[in-house]
Amino acid sequence: MTTTELPAIKGVGTQATRLYGVLALVALGWVFVGGLFFTPEDVVQGDAVRIMYVHVPTAWTAYLAFIVTGVASACWLLGKKHSMGFDRVAGASAEVGVAFMALTLISGSLWGRITWGTFWVWDPRLTTTAFLFVTYLGYLAVRGLGGSPQQRARRSSVVALLAVLEIPLVHFSVVLWRSLHQEASVLSPDGDIKMDGIMLFTLLFGVFGFSVLFAWLVSHRQRIMAMHDAQRASALEVAMVDRLQEASS
Amino acid sequence: MTMSVSRIAQAVAVKDLRIELRSRIVTNQVLPFSGLVMVMFAFALDSDDVLQGVAGGLVWLATIFSLFILVQRSFAIEVSDGALDSLRVAGVNPQGIFLGKSISLFVQLIALEVVLLLTAVVLYRVSLGGAGLVLLVTCVVSATAGLAFVGTLYGGLTAGARGRETLLPLLLLPVVAPVLISATRATEAAFTSNGVTVSEGWPWVAVLAVFAAVFGLGGLLSFGSLIEE
Repeated sequence: MTTTELPAIKGVGTQATRLYGVLALVALGWVFVGGLFFTPEDVVQGDAVRIMYVHVPTAWTAYLAFIVTGVASACWLLGKKHSMGFDRVAGASAEVGVAFMALTLISGSLWGRITWGTFWVWDPRLTTTAFLFVTYLGYLAVRGLGGSPQQRARRSSVVALLAVLEIPLVHFSVVLWRSLHQEASVLSPDGDIKMDGIMLFTLLFGVFGFSVLFAWLVSHRQRIMAMHDAQRASALEVAMVDRLQEASS
Repeated sequence: MTMSVSRIAQAVAVKDLRIELRSRIVTNQVLPFSGLVMVMFAFALDSDDVLQGVAGGLVWLATIFSLFILVQRSFAIEVSDGALDSLRVAGVNPQGIFLGKSISLFVQLIALEVVLLLTAVVLYRVSLGGAGLVLLVTCVVSATAGLAFVGTLYGGLTAGARGRETLLPLLLLPVVAPVLISATRATEAAFTSNGVTVSEGWPWVAVLAVFAAVFGLGGLLSFGSLIEE
């Protein structure tokens, strides 16, 4: 029988996470109903415009997630105490960001297929977004390299900050590249949509709902990571106590 | 007695290059590999006109593919026998290690690029004038500096990690995309392919120089925390 047992875990939610979990549900519920049924069709795009209510908020949330990862990584690296909370928030945020960026790329290319007639154009914004996606996939791979949590935190915070250097350079060189190659200008990615009041409302509600969902996911995920780290740290101790008891019995 | 950063860099670079010279892996394996890649491109694209037009891009693609191998090598020799740990335990300044390994990578890459560019001139029949040559040399030097810095940086990051052979390209490819774009455009201008004039290549060299400066500085600041346990 072991004497050192991990405390019983009841869940990773708190009063606060339950509150914004409900908020996210309500907001996304409205986006679903409003986006599909209450908002009008676009004059030019027809029903395809409804993709916007998911596409724009997921894109916004993914960018928000990567900003949070960058800031949290900087806080970890520059902070005197190297508080592991920052590292976990950075990691959790990047995971959610990658998932939302994937949704953005998928919904965007489907929308592009309907409205521009093609899944992809080599527009600077699209290209930079794709690079963001791949860069943070790499970031997550670095987090998975193994080693102690401190080692993981140090490596991944440096990678996150290097990504902050990399992305503007990628964006700038792609902008320069596209501006020198004038082609495919028929397909302007900025097809301005004349927005009705309820459309704008639904879109903003979508941005709000997805942002709250992001906060909900990150706070749960980072708490799971904390438990995982704690479990790993105590596993050795538990095993040692077990062996000692075996020897003495 | 502590050595200055430049002395350490010199010592590390000389050590790396001596190992490469003696093992002959770069000369006997990496150079033939990249030459082969150039021949394979010719097979795949199968048209003199197309090859002339895209020669610049192919040279830099082949360089970047070879970069992965060179970076892998550069840190394989540090990780085996715990050489990197010994350097760290001995209190060697990590900035010196970073600069030294970057210099050795730079020298190897330059040698590789000279071969690739000559291959392009011979196999793809691109033309190179005097003004083009000046642009090309500046482009090669600045692009290679950037590649050597990021290569060393990410090589140090993945050194000793599980699955580093596959992780390195995943991390490095997005980062070196600006180098691929800029160096390709500048080289195209130097070759005057696709009706591009030589002077149009210079702004791209500026991008390459900024890239090298940013990652050189980033590497000096962060390399220490990447390789320490």
